[in-house]
Amino acid sequence: MTEPLLELIGINKSFGPVHVLHDVNLTVRAGEVTALVGDNGAGKSTLIKCVAGIHPTDSGEVRFRGEPVHIHSPKDAADLGIEVVYQDLALADNLDVVQNMFLGRERGSGWLMDEFSMERAARETLASLSVRTVKSVRTPVSALSGGQRQTVAIAKAVLWDSKVVLLDEPTAALGVAQTRQVLDLVRRLAEQGLGVVLISHNMADVFEVADRICTLYLGRLVADLPAKETTHSQVVELITAGRSGELGLARPEHVTL
Amino acid sequence: MTDSPAKTETPPPPVGGAISDFGIDTTSQSTREAIGNYFARLRGGELGSLPALLGLAALVIAFTALSDNFLTLNNTANLIAQGAGKMIIAMGLVYVLLLGEIDLSAGTLSGVCAAVMAMHYVRDGNLLGGMGSTVFYVFVLGMVVAAGLAILMRIWAGAVLSLIAVAIAMLGVPPNAWIEMLLAVCVGAAIGCITGFMVSKIGMPSFVVTLALFITWQGVILQFIGEGGVFGIRTSPILFNVANGSLSLFGSWLLCLIAAGGYAAVVLGEHFRRLRKGLVTRPTPIVLFKVGAVAAIAILATWALTINRSPNPNLVTIQGVPYVVPIILALLVVGTYVLNRTRYGRHIYAVGGNAEAARRAGINVSKIRASVFVVSASAAAIGAIVYSSKAGSVDPQAGGLNTLLFAVGAAVIGGTSLFGGRGKVAHAVIGGLVLAVVENGLGLLRQPAAVVNIVTGLVLLLAATVDALSRRRAAAALR
Repeated sequence: MTEPLLELIGINKSFGPVHVLHDVNLTVRAGEVTALVGDNGAGKSTLIKCVAGIHPTDSGEVRFRGEPVHIHSPKDAADLGIEVVYQDLALADNLDVVQNMFLGRERGSGWLMDEFSMERAARETLASLSVRTVKSVRTPVSALSGGQRQTVAIAKAVLWDSKVVLLDEPTAALGVAQTRQVLDLVRRLAEQGLGVVLISHNMADVFEVADRICTLYLGRLVADLPAKETTHSQVVELITAGRSGELGLARPEHVTL
Repeated sequence: MTDSPAKTETPPPPVGGAISDFGIDTTSQSTREAIGNYFARLRGGELGSLPALLGLAALVIAFTALSDNFLTLNNTANLIAQGAGKMIIAMGLVYVLLLGEIDLSAGTLSGVCAAVMAMHYVRDGNLLGGMGSTVFYVFVLGMVVAAGLAILMRIWAGAVLSLIAVAIAMLGVPPNAWIEMLLAVCVGAAIGCITGFMVSKIGMPSFVVTLALFITWQGVILQFIGEGGVFGIRTSPILFNVANGSLSLFGSWLLCLIAAGGYAAVVLGEHFRRLRKGLVTRPTPIVLFKVGAVAAIAILATWALTINRSPNPNLVTIQGVPYVVPIILALLVVGTYVLNRTRYGRHIYAVGGNAEAARRAGINVSKIRASVFVVSASAAAIGAIVYSSKAGSVDPQAGGLNTLLFAVGAAVIGGTSLFGGRGKVAHAVIGGLVLAVVENGLGLLRQPAAVVNIVTGLVLLLAATVDALSRRRAAAALR
């Protein structure tokens, strides 16, 4: 096992009286795809947003490469090399692929952007991810299919010398062929040595690409299992009941007795 | 910024090198393919300003056939000067429209700028005497507040311009045409800061804010000029010449050289730099043809405008390119450069296309939203200088009536979308020309205002229809 890239230790988060995350521990390793699964409302997106600096955490520690870090804003996360690909993509339709990938971080001076270098870098990044479906990096995003847009959104996250990429339901709105493209891309990200966190509801996708499967149940991380040694039904039980056989939350009788 | 290790660690991608995957990006097109692609895009609904240009050509042909006076040199020069004011207001409005916002007050706020400018001239720089002390101090306070709001929003240019307006008003600078024009632009920028603050920081819909301000500024103009009053600026040679004078023959050819040469330098420079860096670009023959065509048009237009176009050639000589042409060209170049080449312009498009994406990318959306109102108001002030100069006076109707609606119409006819994200400054120029041709041509045919308004309205409706249909076609082509 490689060194942990990102470690969350005992993260707690409440929205007013609602305790959303209870002492969550999560480890993301370089070169691995960590799937984060859980039912609606289990706290997956909240956890991602805490890491991304959108929500502050109430307590707990975040360690990046073993060093404790404080993430107060999306910029802090970006500076560490943590990039998030949100469910709703966050691409501007009227801009082309290059312009979207560099949005907010354009190269060159404020008065004259360096279009040449941006275009080359965008193309090289897409090529390094073996993206073949986008014919030209000067295509406006409005002319791309859903899968291509997701590809661009992921490539945008990779462009920034990122170490950890968090993907929030990247295949939710995609067709079969497009899902295929995106899953291949997720796998390639890990092969390139990035730490990847994949949130998904689709068990087939999870088992296909994930190295480890972490299950959140009502705000608690109930299991962190290697995907190869876990069965489909175990994960479903963990998601719905919080335990499966000896895995997951302690049985109530153990507690009461 | 360094390349990420992600890139360097990758095994070399399949045969043909790293960038072999992007079919269109790596194979250079032949001229024939490029032209074919252009027509394919047209069929796909990406019309750009082609409908407006075709409409402009059709209108010119129709009016030439109907009236002997239409396509004369004198009328052409006159037509440009007539339409220039609204065209310039429209150029500023493009920025606001790009965010999907609207500035209904651009017309009357331009009237306020015109009134302040003319008052400064008429009253020998004594704005205090011209306005009366109460109004004057409210005016100055307003400018100071605008500067404060601009500082709060960190729009430094707006703050500086507002403070210059305060300084000119308080110091009682003696009348000087350049100072007066600067004052107009500064007052415009200050008003834009106020509008921008209310829209972006308080969060009111721009439609409501600017509708209220539209009415307010109308009252302010009336207050400044007085019921039935009029400020004549015909006696100031510089102010009057802005829209009525022309460059000298030497100046005209110099402008031609700068415009055509500058265009060629920029376009060819970028073309060959791209070729050198191994990026794909349009075929060289097409680029050369475009550069040649622009140069030919510039030379032809300069030649035509340097002929004596006076109706009585023996009495007076009118020749040279009208001053409004370099003014419009300069604003067009600056406006286009800002939108296409600067980070600020890129962020305007991004906010107009997807404000949430822009926010997540770290763009200060509310600052961008406020700043476009400053741009639009400043441009409106420049438009006010031009149309006041054309009229030779400023009356309480300045900037009122249809000014704003014509300006919005010009931008939309040119191809700018009202829904944000799509538009260019050039659209305002093309659309402004269409409306100027309609107004001028029907005037020459001695049509009453009723017909002019009906036809103008129908042209706008037609433009909006073409836009909606091409958009639908483009959307359908995707599926």
